[in-house]
Amino acid sequence: MADMAARGQEPEILFWVGCAGSFDERAQKITRDICKILQHVGINYAVLGTEESCTGDPAKRAGNEFLFQMLAMTNIQVLDGYNIKKIVTGCPHCFNTIKNEYPGLGGNYEVIHHSQLIQQLINEGKLKAEGGESFKGKKITFHDPCYLGRGNGVYEAPRAALEILDAELVEMKRCKSNGLCCGAGGAQMFKEPEPGKKDINMERMQDVLEAKAQVVAAACPFCMTMLTDGVKHQDKEQEIRVLDIAEITVKANGL
Amino acid sequence: MIAQAIFIIILGAAIYLFAKNAGKIRRNILLGKDTDRSDQPAVRWKVMAKIALGQTKMVKRPVAAVMHFFIYIGFIIINLEVLEIMIDGIFGSHRIFAHPLGGLYGLLIGGFEGLAVLVLIACVVFLCRRNIVHLKRFTGTEMTAWPKSDANYILITEILLMTAFLTMNAADYKLQLLHFEHYVKAGSFPISSLIAPLLPNRSGALVILERVCWWFHIVGILIFLNYLPYSKHFHILLAFPNTYYSNLNKKGKFTNMASVTNEVKAMLDPSFVPENTGEPARFGVKDVTDLTWKNLMEAYTCTECGRCTSVCPANITGKLLSPRKIMMDTRDRITEVGNNLDKHGKDYDDGKTLLDNYITREELWACTTCNACVEACPVNINPLEIITEMRRYIVMEESQAPASLNNMFGNVENNGAPWKYSQADRFNWSNPS
Ligand code: SF4
Ligand code: SF4
Repeated sequence: MADMAARGQEPEILFWVGCAGSFDERAQKITRDICKILQHVGINYAVLGTEESCTGDPAKRAGNEFLFQMLAMTNIQVLDGYNIKKIVTGCPHCFNTIKNEYPGLGGNYEVIHHSQLIQQLINEGKLKAEGGESFKGKKITFHDPCYLGRGNGVYEAPRAALEILDAELVEMKRCKSNGLCCGAGGAQMFKEPEPGKKDINMERMQDVLEAKAQVVAAACPFCMTMLTDGVKHQDKEQEIRVLDIAEITVKANGL
Repeated sequence: MIAQAIFIIILGAAIYLFAKNAGKIRRNILLGKDTDRSDQPAVRWKVMAKIALGQTKMVKRPVAAVMHFFIYIGFIIINLEVLEIMIDGIFGSHRIFAHPLGGLYGLLIGGFEGLAVLVLIACVVFLCRRNIVHLKRFTGTEMTAWPKSDANYILITEILLMTAFLTMNAADYKLQLLHFEHYVKAGSFPISSLIAPLLPNRSGALVILERVCWWFHIVGILIFLNYLPYSKHFHILLAFPNTYYSNLNKKGKFTNMASVTNEVKAMLDPSFVPENTGEPARFGVKDVTDLTWKNLMEAYTCTECGRCTSVCPANITGKLLSPRKIMMDTRDRITEVGNNLDKHGKDYDDGKTLLDNYITREELWACTTCNACVEACPVNINPLEIITEMRRYIVMEESQAPASLNNMFGNVENNGAPWKYSQADRFNWSNPS
């Protein structure tokens, strides 16, 4: 972004990568795939790079409002400094925080999640699911991230990305507004779970197995981690793949 | 004459007592902090019409929805009949609406009787679900002796009231056929006429039976009215204002604490002069009086149906957290605070708080903030808000977050990421590996 600003240019859209997308190895792949999509359709975009920071979501959900607001206000200063108007995020937590909680602190942007961007591009005919890997005959199921689905009512966009595949989209028993959390939200990702009978992602694996899906589509880096761990734990790595909506789109389009 | 006087005294006493107890609940709710929920009245009316009046959130569980609908409709419509009973009771008349309404009256009575049967069926089904089938939703640590019997009392009372209603009508019908004086001809009694043959044939016995049922029915209703403020059944009244004052924001949006905003602004910009908002000295929630009146209204609205708990991922996987318990604890504690106020005056401190005495930290830290409980609640209650507010107290006032979360805070503060990576490496993903 800094380079672009130095050249006196403003991007059409800012891609907010997020902490997981920046540092988590698995999520980095998704980040690169989102970039591939943006490049493929020729959108003029930028990322903040080292100027990006945590949105403050985990701090806020854990109750540390001070830390959250400090981060939020600093981020808002950076974003406003570059005159950013529109943001796409690779993570539902970043999406929710910037979209819903930043305006109250003075940060007003049009924020979309990458699944919404993909849906839009499909609608415009810019993405087609041709020329790449075929998902024909496969059973795909979508795991709703809490902060995209229940948190913000986005249920259809990620499904749109799967519907254009030649695959069979199957729903899990608990889906959409009844979806089950992967277990990572609310800062659970950063601590051991409280004692109980089992971990939440293991409970979720039962739904995946019942749906007999070969591909589990995710739209959140935290869900990705939890679902992948679940699949590993069940020794189903050969049969079940966990892929982000962006990865599926890239594979299907042969990008 | 004596009967009328007794009736008026009972009615007056019942209304007075009810108003007094409902007033106490109102007072307790207003012990909470202020929050503005007066915006967008048009949207609010719509939400109320849909959720409370239209019961749209009930349909996710069809059996319960249909049965509940019978009882709900029965309750609303039979009130028309209660109105007639009241007038008759005060003026010593009998079936005062029968004459002016004519044919319509017969239809109405027929409708009431049909509803009474549906209510009876629903109550029996509900009793079975609770006591014979033992639905998982109705168990749980918070479903101790009182909440369990509360539900059963309500159902049994409704069965008794409906039975009395039908028996009363049957006796009345028989007396009408006998052209007994005072018992005006009043339309058809499609259901009670079926039980009429079981009743005695002597008019004297019938009159006694009819009167006993009449009194049982109406006094029962008045007692039931006064039972409401002590019971989860209070939801039949509070569901309406509670949904009207719903949170209209996206569920993912948490409040930004204004008191924190001031401090953070001052930290980032030394020249910033904070507006004096007269904010309380406490961050987050330790006791019920730190909650908003809306949180407290929700606590009194909770019907203990357990839909929230049955979808809570933490609860499903055996953790201590149960969103229903959060609501019940909140209600029990604010009731206790209110009672203390009545008994010991304003400055009494019983040394207890919602945090620790009622809700443990283990429960609070198990929440994934997934909003499943909020989505599931048929009357738009938000247990999650109470959970996060209490987390805020633990973190900001006490600095007692679990160690791993403190690590995360440290990383976020120093590296701008919840993990221990350097800010300078944030763009490394762009180097193809
Ligand atoms: S938000 Fe918390 S309490 Fe509510 S269902 Fe999710 S984990 Fe349970
Ligand atoms: S909070 Fe709502 S869903 Fe939960 S028990 Fe109470 S009424 Fe039922």
